[in-house]
Amino acid sequence: MIQIDELHKSYHMGSNELHVLKGINLDIKEGEFVSIMGSSGSGKSTLLNIIGMLDLADKGSYVLDNVPIKNLSEKKAAVYRNKFLGFIFQSFNLINYKNAAENVALPLYYQGISRKIRKEKSLYYLEKVGLADWAHHLPSELSGGQKQRVAIARALASEPKVLLADEPTGALDTKTSYEVMDFLQSINDEGKTILVVTHEPDIADMTKRIVMLKDGRILEDKKVEQIRASQYV
Amino acid sequence: MKFIFTRDTWQEIFGAIRKNKMRTAITIIGVFWGILLFIVLQGAAKGMENGFDNAFKGMATNSIFLWGQQTGMPHGGFNRNRSIRLELSDTDRIANQIEGVDFVAPRNARGVFGGAAPLVVNDTKSGSYKVFGDYPIIDKIARKKIRKGRFLNQKDIDENRKICVIGERVLTELFDKDEDPIGQYIKISNVYFQVVGVYKENTTDFFEGDDSVFIPFTTFKKVYNSGNRISWMVIAGYPDEDIVQVETKVKALLKRRYSVHPDDERAFGSANFGEMFGKITGFVKGLKFTALVVGIATILAGVIAIGNILLITVKERTKEIGIRRALGATPGEIRGQIILESVFLTLLAGTLGITTGGVSLRLINSITQNLDDFPFLNPTVSIQYIGMALLIMITLGSLIGLIPAQRAVSVRPIEALREE
Ligand SMILES: Nc1ncnc2c1ncn2[C@@H]1O[C@H](COP(=O)(O)OP(=O)(O)OP(=O)(O)O)[C@@H](O)[C@H]1O
Ligand SMILES: [Mg+2]
Repeated sequence: MIQIDELHKSYHMGSNELHVLKGINLDIKEGEFVSIMGSSGSGKSTLLNIIGMLDLADKGSYVLDNVPIKNLSEKKAAVYRNKFLGFIFQSFNLINYKNAAENVALPLYYQGISRKIRKEKSLYYLEKVGLADWAHHLPSELSGGQKQRVAIARALASEPKVLLADEPTGALDTKTSYEVMDFLQSINDEGKTILVVTHEPDIADMTKRIVMLKDGRILEDKKVEQIRASQYV
Repeated sequence: MKFIFTRDTWQEIFGAIRKNKMRTAITIIGVFWGILLFIVLQGAAKGMENGFDNAFKGMATNSIFLWGQQTGMPHGGFNRNRSIRLELSDTDRIANQIEGVDFVAPRNARGVFGGAAPLVVNDTKSGSYKVFGDYPIIDKIARKKIRKGRFLNQKDIDENRKICVIGERVLTELFDKDEDPIGQYIKISNVYFQVVGVYKENTTDFFEGDDSVFIPFTTFKKVYNSGNRISWMVIAGYPDEDIVQVETKVKALLKRRYSVHPDDERAFGSANFGEMFGKITGFVKGLKFTALVVGIATILAGVIAIGNILLITVKERTKEIGIRRALGATPGEIRGQIILESVFLTLLAGTLGITTGGVSLRLINSITQNLDDFPFLNPTVSIQYIGMALLIMITLGSLIGLIPAQRAVSVRPIEALREE
């Protein structure tokens, strides 16, 4: 699903150059559930953003679902993001003047899907994250966990090939974090490929594979025995 | 372009606009004010034009008043300070010999220019009023508003009839309140005249007011023994004729006839009404043009204000735009939405302004309706002007929307998302 070869990324600030990713090699198959760990500043978000086509690599190759991601115009990148990827952010990034259902329907709007089907789908995915009753509430009326569940529903709604989550539980307490992980696990059980960036080892243990970053390189890449979140919920 | 007509696009736009009502209100106020000003000024200028048109209706505006004075130079064996009195025959001479003259109306008058006004008596009531000896053609110079009866006609002239047309004030002062003056006899300078008509004061009259008496020119000649002399004449040029040139030609002709030095500017007095009227028309034209410029400038300023506020809101919405782009919005879709927002706000403001402007003009119209002296009538704005204003607004709205739209997509999604 994802093939990354010798990926490099530097940030330039004035005359300073910060080499963040120094040759990343990563191969992720369909249906995997991968967590990316590492200390702060190790380049986790940078890597995820490149995978998410929100940012561009300087060097190396990146192939997503057999499509080489290179020299994309903004328009093409937008279309690929919409078709292939679902994003979950630490700070939820819901649009504050749209209610839960409208937020979930937004990626479908950009897919050019009809109103009726958008409505059906958004309600379906809200139900899936257990928020059917909250469909017409604004984000400001939801708790953090609920917001993240809306964000997950939104990421799922476009039926992406890969789900990208940058510290999805970073803003949540332990109990809510496990609830969110429980969702992600059930989605992964259905076959969806998921990448999670996290600081928390217990969250990482709920995935199936842990990739450790250090100083822009992969320090360790291991398969783990998945701990089911449902036993804590 | 088809995204303009889909309900979803508009729902996105309404969502964004409704999100911040205050911002929307402030945004549209500039354009609203601009178009309102444009409409009201344009309508007021039109109303003024209509008002003047109405005031000068039935009036030979391209005309000159001309009378004899005293010579300022000795010439042809005569001393200076010789009095010149125009004669009836001069009118035909001018009408026949000067090119561009439509007709000439000779007048005789008593009680104007400081002369003593004749006494007019009806039984026990009496008063001094101006008396004019006129041909019916004077009606073509300034139409008389006849309230009762009729004005002078050619038969009155031909038969030297002793009839008169009196002003409203003469009527109220010499007759009882509900008395019908038509057919009654009044004494003017000790001669009995039958009243055949009553006229109403006309704002464009220069001398008559509402306290004058019109009698046939030929009768005047007999009663006041004025012979062939006339007090003054009114020369009407054809509508497109250069009236200043006509005036010069007429004076040259009269100077030859009365042996006046060609450079003597004192011998004949004149008032060129055509020239005055031209100034008024020029003033109204200037007013309309100023209204146009001011209106367009205000609309322009309003649209620029919309652009500015949109630019600010685009900065405020950087994060939202980042989210939309992460979810798959193309730069074109983002740009289109912001430009449409701009056009929509501009049009909303414009429509409100046009409506308010229309209502204001109606109000102004109903207020000024009863002001007879104020030259103001039917203030309207032509549909072409409104169409033009709307077109300008759509064009400017989309042009000005380009700036915030470009700014919205110039931020890379990753940076937009990082924004707090
Ligand atoms: N846009 C940018 N411009 C300059 N430097 C950047 C930019 N984005 C990230 N960096 C730098 O690159 C390095 C890696 O950042 P990144 O966000 O990938 O770290 P991270 O592993 O996600 O850290 P954290 O766990 O704190 O989120 C950091 O030193 C950061 O300061
Ligand atoms: Mg990070």
